[in-house]
Amino acid sequence: MAGHSTYVPQSKATRWLETRLPIISLVRGSFVDFPTPKNLNYWWTFGGIAAIVLVAQIVTGVVLVMHYTGHVDMAFNSVEHIMRDVNYGWLMRYLHANGASMFFIAVYIHIFRGLYYGSYKAPREISWILGVVIFLLMMATAFMGYVLPWGQMSFWGATVITNLFTAIPLVGESITHWLWGGFAVGNPTLNRFFSLHYLLPFMILGVVMLHIWAFHTTGNNNPTGVDPKSDKDTVPFHPYYTMKDLFAIVVFLLLFAWFVFYVPNYMGHPDNYTEADPLVTPAHIVPEWYFLPFYAILRAIPDKLGGVVAMFGAIAVLFILPWLDTSRVRSATYRPVYKQFFWIFAIVCVFLGWLGSKPAEGWYVYAARICTAYYFIHFLIILALLGFFEKPKALPASINEAVLAKNGNGQPSGAAAAPETKA
Amino acid sequence: MEMGEATRRDFLYIATGAVGAVGVGALAWPFVSQMNPDASALALASIEVDVSNVAEGQQIKVMWRGKPLFIRSRTDKEIEEAKAIDLADLRDPVARNMNLAEDAPATDENRAAGGVEGTAAEYGEKLLIMIGVCTHLGCIPIGEAGDFDGWFCPCHGSHYDTAGRIRKGPAPENLHIPPYQFISDTVVKIG
Repeated sequence: MAGHSTYVPQSKATRWLETRLPIISLVRGSFVDFPTPKNLNYWWTFGGIAAIVLVAQIVTGVVLVMHYTGHVDMAFNSVEHIMRDVNYGWLMRYLHANGASMFFIAVYIHIFRGLYYGSYKAPREISWILGVVIFLLMMATAFMGYVLPWGQMSFWGATVITNLFTAIPLVGESITHWLWGGFAVGNPTLNRFFSLHYLLPFMILGVVMLHIWAFHTTGNNNPTGVDPKSDKDTVPFHPYYTMKDLFAIVVFLLLFAWFVFYVPNYMGHPDNYTEADPLVTPAHIVPEWYFLPFYAILRAIPDKLGGVVAMFGAIAVLFILPWLDTSRVRSATYRPVYKQFFWIFAIVCVFLGWLGSKPAEGWYVYAARICTAYYFIHFLIILALLGFFEKPKALPASINEAVLAKNGNGQPSGAAAAPETKA
Repeated sequence: MEMGEATRRDFLYIATGAVGAVGVGALAWPFVSQMNPDASALALASIEVDVSNVAEGQQIKVMWRGKPLFIRSRTDKEIEEAKAIDLADLRDPVARNMNLAEDAPATDENRAAGGVEGTAAEYGEKLLIMIGVCTHLGCIPIGEAGDFDGWFCPCHGSHYDTAGRIRKGPAPENLHIPPYQFISDTVVKIG
């Protein structure tokens, strides 16, 4: 990171600081001078978008805690108090609630970009694994945050998810009582979820730093999957990608604002505006949309322990993905067969999400079973075999060559080959 | 590499490490244990209920340990249905009755209050006292519903019969029966 900096302190003060804490050269090496492949497309902006949404979640979250009360008798009313009485409380809460969904939208696109362009392959395995760790921490944080308003969905979501642990043989019940701090989800549960919901985002922030450190050590992947070979293949991060990322962030924030100001409850459930009642389960409980594919996998298996194992396995398989894919070609651009399987897999994941929102009955169950099986077949069998049977297209000699081939045979991008005919 | 004889330094190194590990473990335990149910949660562990007001065909819910208990006075038809079942057809063949042996079969007699000591004769067959928590993932089943006229869990579609035994769906066990005893003809102490 710091190694990429050409920074030489100019003033006496910066020289003094640099010899004691080389933070200016660290930042310049990471986010200013950092050599970045010059062909990154807009799919590469979602990491930066996710980072911005994380910061927004922390800021709005800190504000909400100033007005929220973490007690079963008061939590629900304190959220209504935020909505009705607190100055701009409605804005803070809608930003925070929709921000969670925005975070998952950005991260899911970021993950699928990594899958398409083979960003998990050597030498970026650690970046990928740290990314999966961030994903797990995000899921834990989102789940516990959803419990805090103490509505019906909060309570019963917490009950169903914590009950997953009862599927563990022998010690399952003890673990569940330990998680609850009682014999059912109650005040001790709410309090510890509140504590952890405040802690985990900062842990996410820490792992994000490691994630960036790791892929700044290996260098970014890029749409060709070919490593940069000369200075012609890269541009400095600033201003090229600071500006590109910033533009993408602004566009993404338009979407975010549309949800917050026009359909703030679109991704929520009306049942959560009913206070938690431990005696009545709502007729149709579903998790938030970002958990639905995993929820569908849980319900697809007709055995309690089997369902839980399959659900956690669906995430665990991502950890070993770098070693499951046997192809040495990274980018799907040069993998004609993988490209098709990638899109089938993406459709299966979206379809699983849709199935997760449906009741577990009739043909939905069979469809969920087929899709669950396909999910694992994709990672465990298809990716292993493709490396042997697929004939990849010829890779470009360099990023520069690929860029020039795509943009007018040796002419710089944007320059017309025949200016006189330019419309 | 040649392994030399263990020295006094090796011994001190391992012994110090061992003491350190025990110390870390001893300090970690309170941080783990504090999350277990506390004294106030345990203090609420038993309740007393007067069951004489539960009319035939009626079910009441009472809270016990933060969970609902179903106390149902069953109709003759429901009892007949529960008795007519062949035990071999049951998904969970064990009574799940904490007042009986762990391997007691899931007959209707072993599920209803009659199997519990001190039960007045009039309640014996009729009364069913169960923890109203689905054994799948902890939702509250709906009464007088499902394919077997008993209880139906809306979350993931488990069906229980009129004796609270699992018949269909993902739940692995019959609805649990809490430990209880009659302390008078009409009052039952649960927990």
